[in-house]
Amino acid sequence: MHDALLHVENLTKIFRTGFLGRGRTIIAVDHVTFDLKEGEILALIGESGSGKTTTARMILKLLRPTSGKIFFMGKDIWEIPNKEYWKNVQAVFQDPYASFNPFYKVNRIMRNVLKLLPNNVRNDAVKRIHQVLEQVGLNPEEVLDKRPFELSGGQLQRVLLARCLLVDPRIIIADEPTSMIDASMRVGILNLLKDLSKKEGKSIIFITHDISQAFYVSDRILVMYKGRIVESGPPEKVLFSPEHPYTKRLISDVPKLHERFEL
Amino acid sequence: MKKILEVQKIRGGYETPYGFVRAVDGCSLVAYEGEILGIAGESGCGKSTFAHLIIGYVKPPLKVLEGTSIIDNTDIYKLSWTERRTKVWGRLVSVIPQYSMNSLNPTKRIKDLVLDVIREKYRTPPPKDKIIEMARVRFEELGLSDKVLDMYPIELSGGMKQRAVIAISTLLNPKLLIADEPTSALDVSTQKRLLQLLYNLVRRKNIVRTLIMISHDIATLRQICDRMCIMYAGKIVELASTEDIINYPLHPYTKGLINSVVSIEPSLRKKVLKGIPGAPPNLINPPPGCRFHPRCPNALPICYKKEPPLVEINERRYVACWLYAET
Repeated sequence: MHDALLHVENLTKIFRTGFLGRGRTIIAVDHVTFDLKEGEILALIGESGSGKTTTARMILKLLRPTSGKIFFMGKDIWEIPNKEYWKNVQAVFQDPYASFNPFYKVNRIMRNVLKLLPNNVRNDAVKRIHQVLEQVGLNPEEVLDKRPFELSGGQLQRVLLARCLLVDPRIIIADEPTSMIDASMRVGILNLLKDLSKKEGKSIIFITHDISQAFYVSDRILVMYKGRIVESGPPEKVLFSPEHPYTKRLISDVPKLHERFEL
Repeated sequence: MKKILEVQKIRGGYETPYGFVRAVDGCSLVAYEGEILGIAGESGCGKSTFAHLIIGYVKPPLKVLEGTSIIDNTDIYKLSWTERRTKVWGRLVSVIPQYSMNSLNPTKRIKDLVLDVIREKYRTPPPKDKIIEMARVRFEELGLSDKVLDMYPIELSGGMKQRAVIAISTLLNPKLLIADEPTSALDVSTQKRLLQLLYNLVRRKNIVRTLIMISHDIATLRQICDRMCIMYAGKIVELASTEDIINYPLHPYTKGLINSVVSIEPSLRKKVLKGIPGAPPNLINPPPGCRFHPRCPNALPICYKKEPPLVEINERRYVACWLYAET
């Protein structure tokens, strides 16, 4: 089991609300186990409150699990120093407008990341920054001198991805990266994620509530419902022969372009 | 067919320190009785501003420069603000603004909101009991328990809040209902029930005569709309029946939009969806000629200079593109 790049075992997170036992407990993530392989896009889907983001936050070491373990290359992530871990595991979040300091130009945003890296890489900084920006389909001359509000949501999300790539991580966690982006630019981000996994061999955990997007990009789908994984498998199997009633409902309720609901 | 809404060449936008944002630039639209009309477009294309201009809710920095909007034979811009408030909004036309379900006052019960809304519409409002009774009937009609009236917003789920907002905004049976992104924050199952509700308002219960639904999501609009209107950078670029828009789009922008819809169909995984390169223009200083030309794969020399008119191609099928117009 431990030869997977990332191995999540019996991960559980319980949130307590209220004061001294007078509150209630919420089981946000309930004994979740899965593997992430090298170069794979794994989609985590489910409605709001199903525990997708909590799982992501635990994998990112932003939240301590109540119980269960996460292994990165066979090592418990809480035993790996933060700086080293985050060089390997990076994230792209939902709201691109909230992910940047609005006073900094893209150039400075990118340069700040280099502090994480060893000196020899820093000498090639300019070259490297240009390289990653081009990789995500941006023109470096055009964006480096701009502030975040001068760019569109789609461009910002690409800058964010470029910033991730700067540290050359092995895993990218993309938490609803397209939900605030317009349809015409959404596809571009999805194609980019596909390219990163196929060409660069990055492993990606793609979190979304939109089963169609998961179907489009991923190699494997995990369906979460009330903190549990209720169904998993290759996209074709999950979509065209779903077993769990929740997955079935999800699929039948998604609006499709060439079909009309029976109203 | 009777026209419920007739908008003529309306222009409006926002006054900002950097210049005037031409958010809606000469849009005309007719909506007929019994129809569900969709307005689709990306963020910043002027969809919501268009809705504000239609109903005459024009408050600074929003300004209307020219054009008329006639709802059920009433010319909105000939009325004063007070007249619009008491005679038009809520009675002839209701708008459900985007995120309205998140703007409910958390310290007030739903019935207090109902009272507030209805009392606003009368010089001598009916007695409290009568208003509440009216709301009770309407809530039941829309499948909401009358207990909801006594609840606070936090006790309701997103879908129930949105239903309550719809029920309250249609209490006085407006002729026209404009719903701005009514389903954007809801999960798919709740979204489906809400679409059903909006459909029933027009088709089964006849509470409103005409519904205009604004959304960026074409796959959602296609579920209930009879006709669709595509907006780009403050202009209407295509207007046609839903089937035509989905299956035979004409305008390159519409084609691009349709091609970027990620929809679960067995063929999807084999396809590479393309999207549209570039980004929408700045509306303070939009590009000359056709506003889509910098992103258009089929741009002709004329597109850089002259703006294409919205022309009728077939019966009730309009498109604004030089590929289809006589120069």
